[in-house]
Amino acid sequence: MAEPFLIGEAMTGGYGGADILHDCTIAVEKGQIAVIVGPNGAGKSTGMKAIFGMLKLRLGSVRLNGEDITSLTPQARVAKGMGFVPQTNNIFPSMTVEENLEMGAFIRRDDIRGTMEQIYELFPILRDKRRQAAGELSGGQRQQVAVGRALMTQPSVLMLDEPTAGVSPIVMDELFDRIIEIARTGISILMVEQNARQALEIADKGYVLVQGANRYTDTGAALLADPDVRKSFLGG
Amino acid sequence: MEPLNALVSVSNFMLVPALAYGSQLALGALGITLIFSILRFAHFAHGDTMALGTAAVIGGTWFLQAQGVSIAPLPTALLAIPFGVLVLGLYLLAADRFVYRYYRKVKAKPMIFVMASLGVMFVTNGITRLFMGVGETRFEDGQRFVFTVREFRDWTGLAEGMALRSAQAITIVTALVVMVALFWFLNRTRAGKSMRAYSDNEDLALLSGINPERVVFITWVITAILLVLAGTLYGLDKGFRPFNYFQLLLPMFAAAILGGLGSPLGAIVGAYVVAFAEMGITFAWRRVFGYLMPEGLEPSSMMQLLPVDYKFAVTFAILVIVLLFRPTGIFKGKVL
Amino acid sequence: MSLTARDLGLFAIMFAVLALVATFQSPQLAVTILNMSLISAIMALGVNMQWGYAGLFNVGIMGFTAVGGLAVVLIAQPPVPEAWAAGGLGVLLGLMLGVATILAAVLVYKRMAPGKLRGLAIFAVLVVGFVITSQVFGPATQAVQAVNPASEGYLGGAGLPVILAWPVGAVFAAGVAWLVGKVSLGLRSDYLAIATLGISEIVIAVLKHERWLARGVNNVTGIDRPVPRPIELQPLPWVQSLAETMGWSVSQAASVVSGLGYSALFLIVLAILIWLAERALNSPWGRMMRAIRDNEVSARAMGKDVTRRHLMIFVLGSAVCGLAGAMMVSMDGQLTPGSYEPLRFTFLIWVMVIVGGSGNNWGAVLGAFVIWFLWVQVEPAGRWMMEMVTSGMSLESELRRHLLDSAAYMRLLTMGLALLLMLRFAPRGLIPER
Repeated sequence: MAEPFLIGEAMTGGYGGADILHDCTIAVEKGQIAVIVGPNGAGKSTGMKAIFGMLKLRLGSVRLNGEDITSLTPQARVAKGMGFVPQTNNIFPSMTVEENLEMGAFIRRDDIRGTMEQIYELFPILRDKRRQAAGELSGGQRQQVAVGRALMTQPSVLMLDEPTAGVSPIVMDELFDRIIEIARTGISILMVEQNARQALEIADKGYVLVQGANRYTDTGAALLADPDVRKSFLGG
Repeated sequence: MEPLNALVSVSNFMLVPALAYGSQLALGALGITLIFSILRFAHFAHGDTMALGTAAVIGGTWFLQAQGVSIAPLPTALLAIPFGVLVLGLYLLAADRFVYRYYRKVKAKPMIFVMASLGVMFVTNGITRLFMGVGETRFEDGQRFVFTVREFRDWTGLAEGMALRSAQAITIVTALVVMVALFWFLNRTRAGKSMRAYSDNEDLALLSGINPERVVFITWVITAILLVLAGTLYGLDKGFRPFNYFQLLLPMFAAAILGGLGSPLGAIVGAYVVAFAEMGITFAWRRVFGYLMPEGLEPSSMMQLLPVDYKFAVTFAILVIVLLFRPTGIFKGKVL
Repeated sequence: MSLTARDLGLFAIMFAVLALVATFQSPQLAVTILNMSLISAIMALGVNMQWGYAGLFNVGIMGFTAVGGLAVVLIAQPPVPEAWAAGGLGVLLGLMLGVATILAAVLVYKRMAPGKLRGLAIFAVLVVGFVITSQVFGPATQAVQAVNPASEGYLGGAGLPVILAWPVGAVFAAGVAWLVGKVSLGLRSDYLAIATLGISEIVIAVLKHERWLARGVNNVTGIDRPVPRPIELQPLPWVQSLAETMGWSVSQAASVVSGLGYSALFLIVLAILIWLAERALNSPWGRMMRAIRDNEVSARAMGKDVTRRHLMIFVLGSAVCGLAGAMMVSMDGQLTPGSYEPLRFTFLIWVMVIVGGSGNNWGAVLGAFVIWFLWVQVEPAGRWMMEMVTSGMSLESELRRHLLDSAAYMRLLTMGLALLLMLRFAPRGLIPER
């Protein structure tokens, strides 16, 4: 089996104290969607942060496109083509939508107008609101700004930490549609989700984490079909 | 009734001085608000670092005067401003390097930063006095007036005269230019936007590849420019005395809080409100009302709401009112 | 109430140094340093209650000590009957009108529905009240100030024993602190700092300007002392024999004895305060205060009324500062509003607390001794250093004169450096909290 595009392999570590992750492996293929689900406190977000370099790993490694990036800072990983959308505080509230996108492209020195245009195509509402302060937008629109900001670096992997937390079901469906669209352009998506069922429906690969370790790993459809998974994690 | 004379009188003794004073405060309050939004603490060394920067300008002025350099009718001090900015910029950066950076690294509580700025204040205070002493230094030269009372009377034929001092005119013009430039910088340039982004959301700014140390560096440089300008203009206007600069701390903070800490526009508005309130309440309105009231009804008292010694009380009252009724300030500062 | 051997050692070194001063410089100087250290220690104790127990940042210590000092004048000075006859009632009436105006404004604020109308009503009440008040108050104060202005020109005090002024000073300061705390506590922590900075400037402005109250910048001198003056001591035989045994002049011995009298009084006050403070710190109340300081959010979540607790400790700490201020004025025998400087009365106390060890009462006391000693000694040391540096220059050199004149400012620099270094390398101070 060929090496996945992005893989956090056998990750063990935590925020200084006791380990939160135990020999946990998460990977995503090029242009695919991988979803991490699991109960509260299972280490879902921690697993994603570990891949993004926001906590120190005691064991294991993170590789992007075959290159070992375990020791890089999050900023350096952004430069390597990883985009990250935090769960909360993921926009610059007092700045306009357009400035938010500009700040997303801060490390780029080339012309960013094309990328910005692509993002406006993807999220047309942002074009209408581009002169408005991002903090004044609705929850769903803010999430679009947040995703748009992360896409401004033209990443090869986009990591989303619970992108649908606190938005209405309709907005959630729309966001998932957009995420599929993004994946179709060849960007790999790694996502942590509370809404496990809906997320697994769009997932190529699903990871069910329990207490910081892999419990089930399979395609999204297979996990949805697995009676054990359904019973324990999807509410029947 | 002579409304025109009343207007001239109130302009001469109140409006113009308040406008100049407000401009000086605004430059200082902008610095406070910038430091607050980037470094997230109340910079207590503000007044004393302003004094140090001004002292450097005065030193430069003396040197230039000794060399026979002059840009009359403008005061020589204006030429020495870049030197002052250089000195104060290096000083503030050194303070940051040796004092504040460590606390940033260990993520100390804001109060520890304030305490550290108190230490910097003490040291700065000592250095300034070491060079300048505690007495008043006047360093205004060039032409003192744009127009004098006599000239004004001759032109207009009014009984009441009015003078515009060069220092006041320079202050108002400079402050305006600097404010416009600052807003242009913050809203239009990459560096300025990165500062706003950092102030908005530090973590996300880091994720976006904004280098915090660079943001901090730019903040101190801008602060140095604002402080040197504010201090020099204040000194040209009212003379240089280190203790007066220390005392400016209160009105500057009041202005920044009134406008909403972290909001540059708020700092400017707040500064003018503070300045006009201070001057208006401690101003003797007798003369003005003498022109406005009908014959025979001229006021007999000074019509002064409070003696000048209480101008700090006015500032303080404004501060208290803001804290009581709208702690976020006029323009909704970011933190309560 | 635990002092380790190390702490005791530090105190012992401090007293040994004072003994050296007595031997090699002069005994009077040593006593002066001792007394001022004791007063500073009490101030530092008050600040430590606020900062060390509760994390409150008070930058208005000067104002609270000055208010305490005012109490001494108002309590101990004899009343001036002519002044009372001339305008005493007017002044009192004016003050009452002022208070009534503010109360009326508060009443309007509470009773009326929010909106523009309320704002206008409050404004109207304030303006009308202000005009009426100043009509009564202004002439009355003028009349008072016209009475024998060279030596009086104020209402005088109550003519009571001076010791009584100490607790009254504490009460005065507590009152001011309550007002400030009510306004600014519960908001961002820096706001308290700025508000206290403001109130202290205002207190000084009032003291300087309201001549009917305490003669303003004309100072009140010759205030009754709780301890015999050196002049009264000189004829006493035991003082004369003390002078003989110690090899001092009689006047020297008398002033040392007089000073030590103060020291004894101050020590008693300090001992009582420390005892109370230590008991409070180690009581459930003290533990709660520290819990609030260390994690305000969780304390709030546990249902503690943090703002109220903060107000309480802020008032208490300020009262202690007021007490110290009253003691200082009664030691000097004069109230000189012009001498209150924030660097000396606010920020120096802060250096004492930080250097001594915030959160530890003994630390605050030791810090006060060390820093006051340095404050007194650095100036001559700086002068001596400057003389060394400039010894090569010619006597008439402008630069040399300037440097020598500037030696006084070395101590500001030194204190700032001390604060910065302690904060950075030993943030827990000489005697850390435990």
